[in-house]
Amino acid sequence: MTTPLLHLDKITMQFGGLKAVSEVDYAIHKGELVGLIGPNGAGKTTVFNCITGVYTPTQGKVMFEGRQISGMKANRIACGGITRTFQNIRLFSRLTCLDNVAVAAHPHHKAGLASAILQTPAFEADEKALKAQAFEMLDVLGLADYADQPATSLAYGQQRRLEIARALAGKPRLLLLDEPAAGLNPQESEELMTLITGIRKRFELTILLIEHDMKVVMGICERIAVLDYGVKIAEGTPVEIRSNPKVIEAYLGEEMPA
Amino acid sequence: MKRFLPPILTIFALVALNVLLPRVMNPYYFQVLMLIGINVVLAVSLNLVNGFTGQFSIGHAGFMAVGAYASAMFTLKIGAPFAASLTGVPLPVAQGIALLMALVAGGLLAAGAGWLVGLPSLRLRGDYLAIVTLGFGEIIRVVILNVNAIGGARGLPGIPPYATFFWVFGVVAIVIGLARNLAHSTHGRALFAIRDDEIAAEALGVDTTKYKVLAFVLGAFFAGVAGGLFAHFLSYLNPSSFTFIKSIEVIAMVVLGGMGSISGSVMAAIVLTLLPEVLRSVKDFRMVIYALMLIVLMITRPQGLMGTRELDLGALFGRKKAKVVS
Amino acid sequence: MTEFLQQLVNGVTWGSVYALIALGYTMVYGILRLINFAHGDVYMLGAFMGLYASRWFHAGEDPSPIKALLVLLTSMILCALIGMVIERLAYKPVRKSPRLSALITAIGVSLLLENGGVLIFGASPRFFPQIVAQKNIELGMGVVLSNQQLIVLVVSFGLMLALRWLVLFTKVGKAMQAVSHNHMAASLMGISVDRIITFTFMIGSALAAAAGVLVALQSPKIEPYMGILPGLKAFVAAVLGGIGNIPGAVVGGLVMGIAEVLVTGYISPSYRDAIAFVMLIVILLVKPAGLFGKAVTEKV
Repeated sequence: MTTPLLHLDKITMQFGGLKAVSEVDYAIHKGELVGLIGPNGAGKTTVFNCITGVYTPTQGKVMFEGRQISGMKANRIACGGITRTFQNIRLFSRLTCLDNVAVAAHPHHKAGLASAILQTPAFEADEKALKAQAFEMLDVLGLADYADQPATSLAYGQQRRLEIARALAGKPRLLLLDEPAAGLNPQESEELMTLITGIRKRFELTILLIEHDMKVVMGICERIAVLDYGVKIAEGTPVEIRSNPKVIEAYLGEEMPA
Repeated sequence: MKRFLPPILTIFALVALNVLLPRVMNPYYFQVLMLIGINVVLAVSLNLVNGFTGQFSIGHAGFMAVGAYASAMFTLKIGAPFAASLTGVPLPVAQGIALLMALVAGGLLAAGAGWLVGLPSLRLRGDYLAIVTLGFGEIIRVVILNVNAIGGARGLPGIPPYATFFWVFGVVAIVIGLARNLAHSTHGRALFAIRDDEIAAEALGVDTTKYKVLAFVLGAFFAGVAGGLFAHFLSYLNPSSFTFIKSIEVIAMVVLGGMGSISGSVMAAIVLTLLPEVLRSVKDFRMVIYALMLIVLMITRPQGLMGTRELDLGALFGRKKAKVVS
Repeated sequence: MTEFLQQLVNGVTWGSVYALIALGYTMVYGILRLINFAHGDVYMLGAFMGLYASRWFHAGEDPSPIKALLVLLTSMILCALIGMVIERLAYKPVRKSPRLSALITAIGVSLLLENGGVLIFGASPRFFPQIVAQKNIELGMGVVLSNQQLIVLVVSFGLMLALRWLVLFTKVGKAMQAVSHNHMAASLMGISVDRIITFTFMIGSALAAAAGVLVALQSPKIEPYMGILPGLKAFVAAVLGGIGNIPGAVVGGLVMGIAEVLVTGYISPSYRDAIAFVMLIVILLVKPAGLFGKAVTEKV
């Protein structure tokens, strides 16, 4: 058995008296596309925050490629190969689309501050390469035409795609998508599914995604984990999850997984 | 060689004006012009902290004071004797070298203070950080008031007037160029990203710690240099020049010009330096009108004159903007 | 020991004045997230309004407790009205603007009040009439409390208790709490947010005016710039206590007053103005939300 790419080793996240995530144990292997689902408030985003270093789990550890990353600063984790998108879109509102993506490509370019200020030829070459790379990401997500537009001028669905472009520019090995289909219409969701499988193949990515849209989750994920009240109540293939009585009970009163 | 052309032209222009202006210009106008230059340096340097990085510093006068006193003391103790010892070198050059050393010394000490103040910025946000910077500025002022070796409340007289037009506007050119190049680099984008959404910036690998402190250090360095110019222009320092009100004046320039807009800061520094002078004729009403204009401007244009945009001089001269690679 | 106790008495008196001013800062911040830099200048106006009121009532020539009370109330009412005007004309238009623009507006108002003060009252200090003749009260162990200090203590603590009652037990006070939590939700509950904000400014300004009159009782030299430093320090006091927190502002003010008096007495009067800020930096680094404030974390 090889070391998993990402291993959540019994992580618990406690806020005061509230256990948002409780002893969640889960492993994701290289190349997988895994879904994380659960009713509202089940602790899905908290799991993401624990992985990306926004929070440090109060107990347990997060291992990435065999190294412990829980406790590391968020930016170190990002440079180390895990990037994410946000549920409540968090674009850099006053930057252009291209610059939004270029920010994420920044850790992979090492032109020093002095050469930037003096605008040395080396710096300019570096800057050019970086912009080209950012532009390529925009192109992959079909946003090339909007490169010079401010990020906030994009339509909602495009803003979600820009978030993905931005996360990709960080050259991750593990990509975390937090509700990428939220607020999209059925046709856009359909396109998004194609897109996600496309980038996964193209960049040889491992993807973990949180999603409410069961059609999306069931359609593209190979494995699914289910959280309820911070506890992992089930995991398995889409078919297994669909017929799992615990899952059905957790979702009772909400929409049933279709 | 093309990229060396603008700096060389700038130096030539500065030298020419340095000789010309004091001879043809009314001394009062000349003094106002120099103060505009110093205020431009202050405004642009504060913009690096408040406008670029979105941190909230309201103690800029403190950094200016550190730089002013440090560079003045440097010149009085080391720089002036050194300049006098340089025989065989033309006087302006000798004094220029002495000033340059003093400015760097003052700037470095202010940058050190900026680093110290920048550290809390890692833990504190928004208004709380603002209050810490305000507190820092006030502490500096009280300390200066109480240190007799630098004149205390009496002030520090007799600073050699080395800051000529060349040096003041040379620094103006440097600080504008630096801010502009920074804004167009990956480092500048990192600062902007922190301003717009710190959490997202961090999640995308931007070392927010490093960049927030960097902004403080750079801003403080140039505030210190501006203080040094101020000291070597007026020849006299007094703690009352560095009160909270001075910090406020500089913030007003940054906000009025538009947070993050370099050209906005420059324009606002010019306007807000000229305004009280123009209003001198109405004496007692001067500050009342200044205050009213500040309020009215903020109500009618809360994003400042320029927003985050820049005045595009290139377009003005018909030079095409470099197109993004595709 | 006697000296220390005497310092403590002076410190509490002085601190209660800071507390009164700090309350206005903290209430406005709690409701608008605005540092109302002009608040210290309202305190200055309070002293001047008191000066004019004492003239109208001839409180200086023929002092009586009733007249002194009238002077206090007149000043408070006038400043409440000034506070209302400031809020309506200057702050309301920038309520939706970026925070820094609102701050600059507040600074503009502050400059306006100071320099308008110079224009109207003159730049040189004026003398506040003795509306209460000074008498000293022996507290035992050689500690002395002047009747003016006693008035300061009684009035300021009376006002603080009144404010506490207002905020906790009246309808308008509950509305103030609601607005400070969430403007939108409060307005959906049928609360007129605009009116509550104006009311908050009026209360805060009245308290600052009371502080102005009380200080003028003890140190009668008043001038248009007298509000800057006490204003800043009272704000620091509010931050110390946890800004937005009313009991915190009172504690912060008292701590500040005592610390200043002790520094003046035992270290050097010239460092008195620095202690406020040193304490501030230390507290913020140790407990960023202030003594009684709650840390707010952003939802990701």
